[in-house]
Amino acid sequence: MKVFFRFFKLYPKESILAPLFKLLEACFDLLVPLVVAVIVDQGVGEGNRSLIIQMSLVLVLLAVVGLSCALCAQYFAAKSAIGTAARLRHELFAHMQAFTYAQTDCVGTSTMITRMTSDINQVQSGINMTLRLFLRSPIIVLGAMLMAFTIHTRLALIFVVAIPLLSVVVFGVMLGGIPLFKRVQSRLDHVTAVTRENLAGVRVIRAFCKEEEEIEAFDRANKEQTSLQNKAGILSSLMNPLTYVIVNFAVILLIRQGSVSVNIGGLTQGELVALVNYMGQILVELVKLASTIFLVTKAVACGNRIGAVLNMPSGTDVLAAEAAEPGSAAVTFENVTLAYHRGSHPSLENIEFSVQRGQTVGIIGGTGSGKSSLVNLIPRFYDATEGRVLVNGRDVRSYEPQDLRRLIGVVPQKAELFRGSIRSNLCWGKANATDEELWCALELAQAADFVREKEGMLDAPVEQKGRNFSGGQKQRLTIARALVGAPEILILDDSASALDFVTDARLRGALRTLEHQPTVFVISQRTSSIRHADLIVVLEDGRVVGMGQHKELLDICETYREIHMSQFKGGEEA
Amino acid sequence: MKKSALKKTTVPFFATVKKVVRYLAHYRILFGLSLLLATVSVISLLYLPVLTGQAIDLIVAPGKVDFENLTPLLTRGLVVIGITALSQWFMSICNNRITFGIVRRLRQDAFVSIQKLPLSFLDKHPVGGLVSRVISDADQFTDGLLMGFSQLFTGVLTILGTLGFMLALNPWLTLWVVLVTPLSLFVASFIAKRTHQMFQKQTETRGEQTALIDEMIGSHKTVVAFSHEDEALAEFDEVNDRLELVSRKATFFSSLTNPSTRFVNNLVYAGVALIGALMILGTDGDMLTVGLLSCFLTYANQYTKPFNEISGVITELQLAMTCAARLFELIEAQPEPPEPEDAEVLAPEDINGRVSLRAVCFSYDPEKELIQNLNLSLHKGQRVAIVGPTGCGKTTVINLLMRFYDVDSGEISVSGIDIRHMKRHSLRNAYGMVLQDTWLSAGTVKENIAFGRPDATNEEIVAAAKAAHADSFIRRLPDGYNTQLSEGGGMLSQGQKQLLCIARVFLCLPPMLILDEATSSIDTRTELKIQNAFADLMEGRTSFIVAHRLSTIKEADVILVMKNGRIIEQGDHKTLLKQGGFYAEMYNSQFDS
Repeated sequence: MKVFFRFFKLYPKESILAPLFKLLEACFDLLVPLVVAVIVDQGVGEGNRSLIIQMSLVLVLLAVVGLSCALCAQYFAAKSAIGTAARLRHELFAHMQAFTYAQTDCVGTSTMITRMTSDINQVQSGINMTLRLFLRSPIIVLGAMLMAFTIHTRLALIFVVAIPLLSVVVFGVMLGGIPLFKRVQSRLDHVTAVTRENLAGVRVIRAFCKEEEEIEAFDRANKEQTSLQNKAGILSSLMNPLTYVIVNFAVILLIRQGSVSVNIGGLTQGELVALVNYMGQILVELVKLASTIFLVTKAVACGNRIGAVLNMPSGTDVLAAEAAEPGSAAVTFENVTLAYHRGSHPSLENIEFSVQRGQTVGIIGGTGSGKSSLVNLIPRFYDATEGRVLVNGRDVRSYEPQDLRRLIGVVPQKAELFRGSIRSNLCWGKANATDEELWCALELAQAADFVREKEGMLDAPVEQKGRNFSGGQKQRLTIARALVGAPEILILDDSASALDFVTDARLRGALRTLEHQPTVFVISQRTSSIRHADLIVVLEDGRVVGMGQHKELLDICETYREIHMSQFKGGEEA
Repeated sequence: MKKSALKKTTVPFFATVKKVVRYLAHYRILFGLSLLLATVSVISLLYLPVLTGQAIDLIVAPGKVDFENLTPLLTRGLVVIGITALSQWFMSICNNRITFGIVRRLRQDAFVSIQKLPLSFLDKHPVGGLVSRVISDADQFTDGLLMGFSQLFTGVLTILGTLGFMLALNPWLTLWVVLVTPLSLFVASFIAKRTHQMFQKQTETRGEQTALIDEMIGSHKTVVAFSHEDEALAEFDEVNDRLELVSRKATFFSSLTNPSTRFVNNLVYAGVALIGALMILGTDGDMLTVGLLSCFLTYANQYTKPFNEISGVITELQLAMTCAARLFELIEAQPEPPEPEDAEVLAPEDINGRVSLRAVCFSYDPEKELIQNLNLSLHKGQRVAIVGPTGCGKTTVINLLMRFYDVDSGEISVSGIDIRHMKRHSLRNAYGMVLQDTWLSAGTVKENIAFGRPDATNEEIVAAAKAAHADSFIRRLPDGYNTQLSEGGGMLSQGQKQLLCIARVFLCLPPMLILDEATSSIDTRTELKIQNAFADLMEGRTSFIVAHRLSTIKEADVILVMKNGRIIEQGDHKTLLKQGGFYAEMYNSQFDS
C-alpha cells in the first residue's frame, strides 16, 4: 500500500479531482428520481404543464452537467493512473538495473519481468478504476438511502435492511468464489503443465510409445478442471438471482407499506415512484462496487509485490579507495571462500593464488566444481564471503564497480546479444570505438569473415537476443564485444564450447598475439583448450586440488590426469 | 506466438460457428432447456414492472388507495420474482455445463490430435504457441461462449420483449424511445472506431517496451558485466515516455463511451418523462397513467442496456470464434499417415538388429536439399557413429530411423522389413533412445526410470539405476527413489538428469540403441564411467551414436562424417585418419593449439 501513496503524491491534483468529479456526477444522478417525483405530484397531479416542461429541462440539464463531470473525471483518472504507472515503471527499471548478481539470483529474472509488465499494468488499471468507481458506487448507494430518508423515514428503513443484505450476498458470493476460482486456476495450471510437458517430451514419449497414457493423464486433468469449474459456476451464478430477489422483494414491500402511508397522507404517489427508482439504482452500483473491490484487491496485491522488489536494497557498497601498489600482481585471490546463501555449503573454499600481468590462467574442473563462481569474483559480480580478491593490488570492493568492470572484458557462458546492430552490440565494450577497433576485435574473435558476408556488415541488424545468428556466431560476437575495449583482464567463461575445435584453436592463437598483453582467464572442460596456460587451476567441489602447468599437473594431480585421460583415451597424443 | 506457421486464421466466422455447433449437439437437451429458461426469465423479468406500475396506479392519493386489488397484485409480483430468480439460476447452471463441456471436449480433441501429429508439424511450431492454443485460446473461447450463451439470447429476447411490452403500453412513447436510442449505439461505435487506432498504437508501443524489458532484465547479468545500466535506462525511458502518451490518450478516449451512452440514455429518460406527463394530462389518464409512466421509465432505462451488451458480446464472440478456429486448426491438422492394415507387429525380441538404409534422400525444406542418397547396411551388434559440426544434420538421421520423419525417397528397413510397413510402436519399441535434451516427466525418480516399463519391480529399477551409475546420487536425494521431481527435472543437475534418462533405457533393454549426444552435458570424468556402462549396453545391440566429442566414438565400427547435411566421409577411425580429410582435421584440432 505504501507504494501506492508514494506515487499518488506525484499526481495529487488529478488524484483528488477525478473522484471529486465522480462524486458530483453521482449527486446529479441522485437528483433525477426527485425531479420525476415533482413531475408526477405537482406536474401531473396539479395539471401544471409549464412545470412539467421546466422539470424536463432540468432533467436534460442534469444529464449535461453529469456528462461534463464524468468527462473531467475520466480525464484526470487516466492522467493520474497512466502517469503513475509510467513513473513506477521507470523507478522499478532503474532500481533493477542497480541489482547485483546476487540480488538478481535472489529475485529471478522472470519474476523481475513479471513485476515490470503485468503487475504494473494491473496497478495501472487498479488506480484508474479506483479513481473512477470507488467513490461513485458507495455515494450512490448511501446517497440513495439518504434520499429515501428525506422522503419518508419509516419506509427508508426498508433500505437500511436491504442494503446490508444485498452487500452480504454480493460480497459473500464474490469472496466465497475467490478460493474456488483459485482452485480452478490451479487445476488449469495443471492442465497447462501436462500439455507443456507432453510437447516438450514428444520425442521421448513417442520413442517409448506412451501416447495413450499421456492422453489418459490429460483427460483426467481436464475432467477435474471442468468439474471444479462447474462447481464454482453454481455459486457464482447465484449472485444475479439472489440480488434480484432481494431488491424486488424490497420494492414489493415499499409498495405495500407505501400504500398505507399514501392512504393516510404521509406520502405522495410521485414520492413512492421515487423510492422505487432509488431501490433500482442501488443494485447496479453494488455489483459495480463489488467488482471494483475485486480488481482493486488484485491491484493492491500486485502493488505490494512491486513494493517488495522496490524495497530490496540494490546497488553495491564501495569501500574507501585504496592506492594500488605499484608492481603488484594483476589478480590475487587471498584465502577466498564464497557461499551463495548464508549457511549453505560454500561454492568456493580457501582459494589462494595470484596471477601476473599478461599471464594466461586455465581453470578446469567438472560441472558444478565452482569454475564460474571463481571468475565471477574478479569483476565483483559476487562478493567473497571470506577473504579478499585484489585487482592490480587493490581490493575489488574499493573500486567503483563501473571503473572495475571497465578494466575487465567478460565473455559469459551464455552468448547473449541485444536488439540493434552488430555495431551497437560491439560498442557495449567501448562506447566510442572506431570501425578499425571493431574490425580488429572481430578479426581476433574469428568473426570477421561472417560479418563481412552480412549485408550492411557492421550495421547488419541483430534481432532480439541475437536470434538471427547461430550459436557459434553469437559466441564469437560476444568474444569480439569483450575484446573491443582492449581490457586489461579478459575472462572467457567456457566461451569456446559452441565453437568447433578448429575455430577454438585459432581463437586461442589470436589471443596470444594481442599487443596490450591482457591477463586472460580461460574456463574450459577440455584440457586441450588450456594446456598451454601459464597457470592451470584444477577445481573440484569448490576446492583447488591442483595448480601448476600442464606437464606438472599430469604428474601430480590425479583429477587433472583423469580429466585429461578421459578426453584422450589411449593417450596417443598426451 | 500468434504468428506461428499455422496458416493465419482468416477462416470465415460461420465455418467455425458450424463446427462449434457440432460440439453443441452433444448438449442439445441442456441447450433446449437453457433457451426455454431464458425465455421464461425474460418474460417474467419484463412483466414485473407492469405489475408494479399497476400497483402504483392503485395508490393515488390519501383515501384513494385500492387495497382490495393491491394485495393479489403484489402476491402475483412475489410469484413472478420467484420464477425469474429460479429460471435465471438454472439457466446459468445449464450454460456453464454446456460451455465447460464443449471446451473440455475441444481441449481433449486438440490434445489427442497432437499425439498423432507428425513431428514435422510439431518441430515447426514452438511449444509455447501450441500450449497457448490448448490453454489460453480455449480459455478465451470459454469466456466468449459463456457470455454469448448468457447474454446474446437473453439480450435479444429482452430487446424484443421490452419493445412488445412498450408497444402494448403506449405506442407514442415507444416511438420516442425507439427513435432516440440508436443515437447511443451510434456514439458508442463512433468512439470505438476512433479509439481503435490509439489502442493499436498502445499495443505496439507496449510490445516494444516488453521486448526491451525482456532483453535488458532477462540478460541483466550481461548488462551489469558491461556497465551498460545507464544506457539501458535511457533507452527504456524513451519508450516509457512514448507509452505514457499513447496510453493516456487511448485510456481517456475509450473511457468516454460509458458517460456518452449514459448521456443519451438520460435524454431518452427526460423525453419519456416529458411526453408521458403531458400525455397523462392531455388525455386525462386515458392513454397513460402515472404507474404506467413509471413502468415505462424503467423500460426506457433498460432498453439500451442489452444493445450495449450485445455489441460487447458480439466482439467477444468474434474473438472467441477466432480462438476456436485456432483450436480447430490444431484438431484438424493432417495427422501422421495412417499405418497400413497389414502393418507388421513385431515384438522387440523378434527384431534381429539388422538395419539398412538404401538410397535414402530427405530434406525438411524441398528447396534445401539435405540427405542425399545415403546407403548403409548394418548387422546385429554393429556401432555407427555420426559426427560433424553442429547443425550438419546428424540428428536428422535419428529422426529418420525412429520414423519421426519419413524419407522422401529410398527405404529404411529393420530386420528386412521396410519401416513404413511396420507398426510405429513396433519400430519405436525396438530402439532405446537417449537424447541430448534430457526430458523427465513430473513424478518420482522411480516413475521416471520405469517410464518405458511401468510394471518393473523395485529391484529391476535399482539395477537399472546402478548400471547407469545413477544409484549413488539417487540415494543421496531427500527421498531417494521416491523423490518427487517437478516438471523438467527440477533440482537435478543436467548431468544427473542425463543419468536418469540412461537408466530409463537400461530398464527396457531394446535390441537397438540411439544415443544422440547422450553424454554431452556430463563432464568427461563421469562420462568415462558411463562409457563403460554404455559399452555393456551396446554389446550385441545395433547402436547409433551421435557425438561431438570425438573420443567417445573412436571404437565405432562405422563413422559417418557429416557436413552441411551430407555424408562426406565414411569408414572406421583408422581409415578416416589415414584419408586425411575433414575427420582427420577435426580430430587433430583437438590436440594442436
